[in-house]
Amino acid sequence: MAESRPAARPLSPHLQIYRWSWTMAMSIAHRATGSALYGGTLLIALWLIAAASGPAAYETAQWIAGSFLGRLVLFGYTFVLLHHMVGGLRHFVWDLGHGFDPQTRTNLAKYSVVVSGALTVLVWLIALTR
Amino acid sequence: MLSNSSMRTPLGRVRGLGSAKSGTGHFWLQRVTAVANVILTIGFLCVVLSLIGKPYGAAIATLAKPHVAILMLLFVVSGAVHMRLGMQVVIEDYVHHEGLKILAVMANTFFAIAVGAACAFALLKISFGG
Repeated sequence: MAESRPAARPLSPHLQIYRWSWTMAMSIAHRATGSALYGGTLLIALWLIAAASGPAAYETAQWIAGSFLGRLVLFGYTFVLLHHMVGGLRHFVWDLGHGFDPQTRTNLAKYSVVVSGALTVLVWLIALTR
Repeated sequence: MLSNSSMRTPLGRVRGLGSAKSGTGHFWLQRVTAVANVILTIGFLCVVLSLIGKPYGAAIATLAKPHVAILMLLFVVSGAVHMRLGMQVVIEDYVHHEGLKILAVMANTFFAIAVGAACAFALLKISFGG
């Protein structure tokens, strides 16, 4: 395989050539949210370390989380987490060999935004009324 | 068709590591941890929601309960494994320089293990005191 020569013909065009489709956008979003969650684990680690360090550190962490900026980040985090989760469920459907016809695959991608958005609102309604 | 200059039969080539040098182990562990993460993420969100508004002592008492601590430990371990696999694919897609790629994949492993260990240590310290 390694000895195959580069093909002397136009290769696949890249992203900017294609018209945007829902499946393409959600595929990119899945990778982007995954990468964001990768960095986001640092926030979970810092929060748990603060809790393990004692009352003062925990109060500081809670104060940061409760500030306007903190809440904004946590709201974004919630959506990114749920979007990646719902995107993963969509991939399970495809992994099992279902939902590949044009209408279904577009709907699966489209409604994953709706579902993850609704779940985010639900989580925050619970959070804000507690 | 693939080059057939090798003496090895097609079956011999795909046995074991195969052409991708990793077989399906990466793919399958990504799916297994994804399934686990769906369940564990819902549990994690419930734990976080239950901690809202709790003072330090009550929050620690919740996190130290065996079923909560076990769920949180599984969440951070499964999450760390899943994110390491996912980021490795991203690196392999975008970093084309062989040396840099090996370094980045290694750094990725270090980051995932460090974050996972930090979270696990904090959770165990919360549970067992000290």
